[in-house]
This record gives sequence, C-alpha cells and structure tokens, in this order.
Amino acid sequence: MIAHAETVPSGRNPLVKFILRWLLTTNHKEIGTLYLSLSFLLFFIGGAMALTFRAELAQPGLQLMGADFYNQMVTLHGLVMVFGAVMPAFVGLANWMIPLQIGASDMALPRLNNFSFWIMPFAFGLLLSSLFMPGGAPNFGWTFYAPLSTTYGPPSTDFMILGIHMMGISSILGAINIIVTIFNLRAPGMTLMKMPMFVWTWLITAFLLIMAMPVLAGVVTMMLTDRHFGTSFFEASGGGDPLIFQHVFWFFGHPEVYIMILPGFGIASEIIPVFARKRIFGYTSMVWATGSIAILSFVVWGHHMFATGMPLATELWFMYATMVIAIPTGVKVFNWVATMWGGSMTFETPMLFALGFVVMFTIGGLSGLMLAIAPVDFQYHDTFFVVAHIHYVLYPGAIFATMAAVYYWIPKWTGNMYDERLGKIHFWTAVIALNLTFFPMHFVGLAGMPRRIADYALPFTGLNTFATAGAFLLGLTQLLFLYIVIKTVRGGPKATDQVWEGAKGLEWTVPSPAPLHTFEVPPKVD
Amino acid sequence: MSQEAIHSGDGPPDYYVPHSSALPIVGSTALFITAFGAGHFIQQSTDTVPTNTGSFGFWIFLIGLVAVACMMYSWFSTVVKESYQGLVSEKLDRSFRQTMFWFIVSEIMFFAAFFGALFHARVITVPWLAGASDNLQTHLLLWPDFADTWPLFLTPGGGLTQAMAAWGLPFINTVILVTSSVTITLAHWALKKNSRGPLKVWLGLTVLLGSVFLVLQVVEYVEAYHELGLTMSSGIYGSTFFMLTGFHGAHVTLGTIMLAVMLIRTMRGHFTADDHFAFEASSWYWHFVDVVWLGLFTFVYWF
Repeated sequence: MIAHAETVPSGRNPLVKFILRWLLTTNHKEIGTLYLSLSFLLFFIGGAMALTFRAELAQPGLQLMGADFYNQMVTLHGLVMVFGAVMPAFVGLANWMIPLQIGASDMALPRLNNFSFWIMPFAFGLLLSSLFMPGGAPNFGWTFYAPLSTTYGPPSTDFMILGIHMMGISSILGAINIIVTIFNLRAPGMTLMKMPMFVWTWLITAFLLIMAMPVLAGVVTMMLTDRHFGTSFFEASGGGDPLIFQHVFWFFGHPEVYIMILPGFGIASEIIPVFARKRIFGYTSMVWATGSIAILSFVVWGHHMFATGMPLATELWFMYATMVIAIPTGVKVFNWVATMWGGSMTFETPMLFALGFVVMFTIGGLSGLMLAIAPVDFQYHDTFFVVAHIHYVLYPGAIFATMAAVYYWIPKWTGNMYDERLGKIHFWTAVIALNLTFFPMHFVGLAGMPRRIADYALPFTGLNTFATAGAFLLGLTQLLFLYIVIKTVRGGPKATDQVWEGAKGLEWTVPSPAPLHTFEVPPKVD
Repeated sequence: MSQEAIHSGDGPPDYYVPHSSALPIVGSTALFITAFGAGHFIQQSTDTVPTNTGSFGFWIFLIGLVAVACMMYSWFSTVVKESYQGLVSEKLDRSFRQTMFWFIVSEIMFFAAFFGALFHARVITVPWLAGASDNLQTHLLLWPDFADTWPLFLTPGGGLTQAMAAWGLPFINTVILVTSSVTITLAHWALKKNSRGPLKVWLGLTVLLGSVFLVLQVVEYVEAYHELGLTMSSGIYGSTFFMLTGFHGAHVTLGTIMLAVMLIRTMRGHFTADDHFAFEASSWYWHFVDVVWLGLFTFVYWF
C-alpha cells in the first residue's frame, strides 16, 4: 500500500508553492538538488575570489588591492571552497545516489536531512557577511592559525567562528543520516561487501566527519574564549601554546582532507568499470584501502607542522606514518589501471573526467609524498609548492570527480543526455587551463615564493602571469559547465533507463528521469 | 500531521517518509538568529570590539534560543505522536538507536579536543616553557623565573591562582554522578519489568541527583572565583579547568532536562516494557556524561 498526499496544499500561488516545496521538502532527490545547487553557487563565489587575487598576482607590486584585502580574499576563497563547494557537492551526490544505489526509498531521517541542508545557506550568509563588517573579513588564511586569528584577528572572526559551528552541526547531522541510511536501509540481499564503491567510500567519509567535525568545533570555541574571555589556550604568557591550536586544528584538518577525496575515489571506482566494460579490479582491496586511509588519516596530522620545532621522534613518526598512506592509495590507483587493462574502453565525458582524476590526482599524491619527507619539507613549507599540491589533489581530485559524477548521473536525474561535444570541450579546456594555472606553482614554490603574500620578487613574474591567465581560462570553462548543466536540465536527447551500455547497479533500473519516489517496495538483490 | 505511509502488508511502514515539514527550516532560521545574536552579544558584553556597542545582541540571542527550544519541543512531540500512530518500524527504531550512538560519539570527540589541549599543555607546553627538551633559550630569554608545576600556580606572565582540591566538592560530585548512573540503571530495570512505581522513584532520584550536582558545581565556581582566585583568565590551568568543567556542566544540564522530560512522560503513562527508546537514549546520554566526568575528575582535579 502506497499513499501519496499532496506535499503542499493546492490552490496557492505557484511561486509560493515553488518556494514552499524547496523549503519544506523531505525528499532525498530534492534535497540532493538543493545541496548541488548551493555548492555550484558557492563554487562560483569562491572562484571569483580566486580570480580576484590571481589578478593581483599577475604582476609584482600592488596594483588592484591592498595586502589586507588580498588576505581576506585568500581566506574566504579557502573557507568557501572547502566547506561550501567541495563538501556540499559530495553530500548532494550522496543524497541523490545512496538511496538509489542501495535500493532504499529515501534517507533514514528525511526531516533531519532537510535541516542539515538549510543550515548551510545561513552559515555561509554569516561567513560572507564578514566582508561587510568593520575591519573587514577574516584575513589569516583558511587554517585561521592562532595568534593571527586570536590576538590579531578582525572583529568579524567571531562570526566566522559561529558560521563554522553551524556548518559543523550541518555536517555531523548529515553524516549521521548517511551512516544510518547505509546500515539500515539496504535492499534485502545487498550485503556490505556487495555495496557500490561510492556507497562504501561515503560510509567511511561519514565516519570521518563524525570524528573530525566536533574537534573543529572545539578548536574554534577555544579561539572564541581566547579572544573574549581571557583564556590562554594559545597564549604562551599564560602557559598555553599556539602549537596547541595547530595540533587540534590539524587533528581535524587531516581527516578533512580525506573527507574531500574519499567520495571522489568512490566516483572514479563507479565510472571506470562502466566505460571499460569490465568489473572493477580488486573490489575487496578497494574497500580495505579506503578504510586504511581513513584510520591512518587520524595519526598523520603533524606533517602539516614539520617546521614548528617538534621533537625529532615526533617528526619521524609523522613522516613515516604519512608515507604509509601511499600504500593504500597506490592500491587504488593500481586497481583503477588494472580495471582498464584489456577493457573495451570508450571515452565519453564522465570517463574523461574520471581519467583526468586518476592521472592528475596522482600528480598531487606524488607532490604530497615529497611534502611528507620532513627534512625537505623545511624548504617547501609555506611556499607555493604547497599551494600547487593542495590544488592538484582538490581540483582534478575532488572537483573533477564531482564533475565526472554530474556527467555520469545527470541523465538519470533529468532524463536528458548532456551535449557530448560540449562536454568534451569542457574537459579538455579545463585540463589545459588547470595545468596552466597550477603547474607553474610547483616551480615558483621550489624557488622560494611564499604563499599568502600579495606581492612577490621580480623573477617569479613570468610563471605567475601564466598562472593568472590559466586561472581566468579555468573560470571561463566552468561557465561552459554551467551552460551545459542548464541546457541538459531544459532538454536534450532522451536518456534510456540504463543510460550507459556497461552500467550495472540499482540506480539504472529505475526510469530516467528518476521519479520523485523510487524503491517504495525494496528490490531484491542477489 | 499526515504521513506518507509505505506498507508492504500489515504493521508499520517499510520506510518512513514523513511529509514535507516546516520544522527544519524553522530550526535553521532559529539557529541563525542564535548565532547572529551570540556574536553580537559576545562582542558587546566583553568590550573587546570597540566598534560594536549596544545591547541588542543579548535579546537576539535569547529570541534565537527560545526559538530553538520551541522547535525542538515541537519536533520531539511530533516524533512521539508518530510513534503512537504505529509508524515506527523495527528498522526505524534501529535507525534512531544508531543515530543516538553516533551523536554521542561526536560529543565524545568534542570533549577530546579540550582534553587534547589539556594534555598538550601539561605534558609538553609547560615543561618546554621551563626549558625542557631543547628549549633552554626560550626559557632563559623569555621567562627565566618560570617553573614547571601543575596545577600551574604562577603563569609565565605572572598570573597567580590556587588549585581546586580534588577531595572536597569535586569528590562529592563524583559520588553523586556515579550514584545517579546506578539509579538510572535501576529505573531502566524497573521499566523493563513494567514496575511503574519504582521506575518513577529511581528516575525522580536521578533527576534530583543531577540537579544537586549542578548546584554544587555553582558553589564550586563561586569558591574558585572568590576564594581561590581561580578564573578563566588565570592561565592555562584556569582555561582548561573552566572549559572542561563548564562544557561538562552544560551537558549535565541538558541530560537533566532530558531525564526530567522522561519523568514527565512516565507520569503521563508513556513507555512500555519493550518500547521506550527515548528513555534509553536519555540514559545512554546520562552514562556518557558520567564517564566524561570520571575523565575530568582524574585529569583535571586529581592528577
């Protein structure tokens, strides 16, 4: 027996109905769309901030803005991209796809799901409003190190802290919902080791979120009391230590890095087998590798702090523990390559983005190994080399994975195929632009250009001009992506239910577009 | 509240897909008002931001808090009503249980951040400031008179305080909290045997013990501020002391409210011997608060 009632009382003004539908919805597909839309909006806001400071870096000297505004842009760019673009994009994909992939009719706690989403726009409203406050927005980098953020932070820092608290509540509630959904709502017959890789990686990511986000809440709370209530957690004259900030922050920060990449691993593991028309190579090892990466992520945080004067034994521990992560990560890259080996490959846009992910994420992984070596990190620390590294793991990593997922699943969401020719143009221009932007940063970083500084020495000019040109091209290609998405939502060749020739899995058994309610009677999986 | 029931036969629905609901958007708006008010309240009341004067922050903060409380009341009563309509399947019950479990895990990690700060300060920072490891120059050049002690009576900057003795009020509070963990378990056993009388007695006693704990903590704070000179600003010892005991006290307050609600619901005849998840969740939370206190007593007061 299935009973559907009207979600919103009929007979109202269509605009009111439209707004109420999106404000009040408890449907995982609608909430997924909300998350993806918010993330897309914040991606452009964060991108505009990046272009602002890249424009300043096109030439040495200060042309367009003062150093303080430059620092505000750098800080907000980081915060918006990490918490506003990458994380909600993955949560949006989880909302849309996890119930479809495990054969559930919705998330386990649909009202909580809506709550998790609608906290986010408010949290970012609070964070971005800091730009208009006296003293300007936070200006100490997205890692908000004490004492820059405590003794020297602008008044708006308090609102950044409260905004982070709100994001944390949203992330924790969302993560709990995802774990509970995966544990309880799987279709009969879908054992844990039959779950699609995207579901597995999200299960582990949700665990990381629950463990890491409260620690972030703790550290920003200590900032707040240091700023206003006279505590001395990060103040040496009171017996505290700015290093306590760094330890607690990075205890959150390093798992956070994996929160931003594990779902991407899952997406690559979904897409590559489909377009290679083979089963994924080493499914079990993929699951174990993901779990190992998650556990290791809690014992390596000190590699962000090699240059702070930790004792030798501590440095060695963090160095070796960090290098160990290369093993499960290597297992994954090996498995993706082995999946393609001998497959009948085709190169539609999702596959291109997934391959771009594998290749360029590996470049980021290798520069990560360089940074893991404590003695040489003394040279790389706080240079553009670190900027290059983090952008190679996040842009072709997290963001390419999200784009691959959008191209892969958008026919299921909208019922329409995207424009394949435009998709390929998007991919190739993005690849060129992104390497133009970020590759030169390796060189200027190794040559000693510090990060988070608005001006630089003359010899760095050529490569920086290149990087700025690349960044603007990269921004343009994402406008093309926006156009492709809008075009696909509005129409296009009709997609079949299976969409992709090699696609298997429950999400491809429901009609395209997926109706609002699916799997009201659980499917049987054998 | 109408419900979208998805049945495959008799009994509760296979899936729980509640109707679109105004509770979450009210909740997130209330949360925003609370945060916005809190930011202004903190800046206005601590006088550390010269550009922000006035007193509107407090009122906005208060309105936000009341709104959050109303939303939570309404949300939980909705869930209780749904449970009475037979809409909670075994699967959903399991989901609720696991949700509470993971929520408590996240709370433990929140406390872990402050315990981490405490351990780092005690084991690393304070000895280093006194010249340990290879920090002799820091010691000699910055604070040559600084000595490594814990509790930190004299900060490098010259702040003075006395320590809170473990075996006075804190020990009494430990006994109270451990006893309350026993009484809540006795209440649970009574509920499982459907003996309503003992259930009310043990549950009422637990609420009482929780309240006494809170009163004694207030007494302890007054003593700290007025007799010992121990305040939030008396260096890292005061910082960790008040942060850990303060957040713990806030959690005891929340736990006591939860148990008081359970007592009221028991009085109204809610809960049966085999269906009382809200009671169980509150008692898990109470045990969590108790265990955190044992950590506090050991590392903040005792050693």
